[in-house]
Amino acid sequence: MDSKQLYQEVILDHNKKPRNWGKLADASHKAEGLNPLCGDHIWLSLKLDDERVENIAFEGEGCAICKASSSMMTTNVKGKTVAEAEQLVREFRDMATGKLEIDGEPNHLGRLTVFAGVRYLPSRVKCAILPWHTLQAALHSESVVSTEGDQDPVAVTS
Amino acid sequence: MTSASNLLQAVKPASALDVGRIRADFPILDVKVNGKPLVYLDNAASSQMPKQVIDRLVRYQTSEHSNIHRAVHSLSEKATAEYEGARRSIQRFINAKEEREIIFTRGTTDSVNLVMHGYGRAFLGAGDEIIVSQLEHHSNIVPWQMLCEEKGARLRVIPCNDAGELLLDDYAKLFNANTRFVAITHVSNALGSINPAKDMIAIAHRHGVPVLVDGAQAVPHMKVDVQDLDCDFYAFSGHKMCGPTGIGILYGKAQFLEKMKPFEGGGDMILSVTFEKTTYNTIPFKFEAGTPPIAAAIGLGATVDYLESVGLDRIAAHEHDLLTYATEAFAQLKGVRIVGTARNKAAVMSFTVQGVHPHDVGTILNEDGVAVRTGHHCAQPVMQRFGIPATARASFYLYNTFAEVDALVAGIRRVQKIFG
Repeated sequence: MDSKQLYQEVILDHNKKPRNWGKLADASHKAEGLNPLCGDHIWLSLKLDDERVENIAFEGEGCAICKASSSMMTTNVKGKTVAEAEQLVREFRDMATGKLEIDGEPNHLGRLTVFAGVRYLPSRVKCAILPWHTLQAALHSESVVSTEGDQDPVAVTS
Repeated sequence: MTSASNLLQAVKPASALDVGRIRADFPILDVKVNGKPLVYLDNAASSQMPKQVIDRLVRYQTSEHSNIHRAVHSLSEKATAEYEGARRSIQRFINAKEEREIIFTRGTTDSVNLVMHGYGRAFLGAGDEIIVSQLEHHSNIVPWQMLCEEKGARLRVIPCNDAGELLLDDYAKLFNANTRFVAITHVSNALGSINPAKDMIAIAHRHGVPVLVDGAQAVPHMKVDVQDLDCDFYAFSGHKMCGPTGIGILYGKAQFLEKMKPFEGGGDMILSVTFEKTTYNTIPFKFEAGTPPIAAAIGLGATVDYLESVGLDRIAAHEHDLLTYATEAFAQLKGVRIVGTARNKAAVMSFTVQGVHPHDVGTILNEDGVAVRTGHHCAQPVMQRFGIPATARASFYLYNTFAEVDALVAGIRRVQKIFG
């Protein structure tokens, strides 16, 4: 695994200029995501309207992988139905943990496949998955999620 | 290569060690990572093992293994003699007065917990105060917090300045009639600060308060003399000093160990057992319940022999040269902040790269075969003090070279280029 494959232009760009940055004043759903081991910490707010993600925003601090993943997640789920968003959560998680072969199996990930390389960096999988995990929690109205313990994506899947 | 680093090449200090010869002792240094030679700069987390120690483990397991302190047969007597021989080697290494003051544990964390349970739970009570420092590893904070919670005792913290040096005037002022224990690190794992342990112990003793020193980052890198320090307890780990994992040492003055309660109950820590009453064994055996990691203990004895054959003073001098060289090289890097600039400092470079999270730094350095630690280094209060979530940390040892410092610096430049 060459880091150039992971630190591609699109990831570096989203890290530097995160999209949908901030908090929604009229959020209907919120969640906080925390990766205590490396200090990634994000706050996600979304506005659902008729089972559709009408608006979404995030802010927080974290590594480039976490920030870019958060940013690209927001651009990808905005306008999608809750069911479509949850489908993306599953597919992203499976890609990052190596359960989904993006070249061989049908998926809806599109540009999000730039994160496929994290599967070769087990210590960084959590960074990429944290925002998706947090989205799942927000959709189900859990307030805080962590990537440690029961919710450790690596421990659960590997 | 830039002219600045060429300049640095030119002023490299003469090494205090024949590093080429030392590197030949460490088989793992031939490993390639991502097709590049391994540049192992994570020694503060765990160090590598020389073939002298590996061979000793193999010899023990091949021809000497049995349980110790048990049987009359030859192998058991051999294993016992080697295990107790290792204890004497370690006694000599840290200049303990008596060999019964050396307790084999699983490591520094286990040693601290032993003192918390054996001394703290027996002799501390509600309203008592325990002093720790801002620079502690979690392993020298959490056990004391657990004790405070159980007993209603209180934790007091010695602050540090922006360089990462403990403030001794503030430390002296923390003592009062309720102070019962001091637990301080000798060398900060996160910053490299070498604390004036001897002075701090003397201050505590003037108040009649015993002191535990966490020496996990000191013993591997400098000559430690527990009688000169006059510490009451001293804890360290095998795997940070070129020895095996799963073995460590608690040194304790006999007068303390004798009045302490056992930490764990079981075989070997007893003299006699009936259902009515058990009589505990004498020290150190009172604290070594069950079958210990015999091979690792004997391996630690061989480790001490190895370090002594190289010479702790020469190791310290070489590491100091590496630190000086790295500090000058880092000064040439724009946007790189060294966290921890104590005047008296071990060969640890904790740093941040402006605009880049330490985990991204670590992942990219790994591409060049450069192994550094990234994160909070199990010292979150240190990170909070400096207002950062994490750092990248390069920590050096006897087998590291100036060329490896160059590889680190080149890697950081590549990080900066990628993140532009």
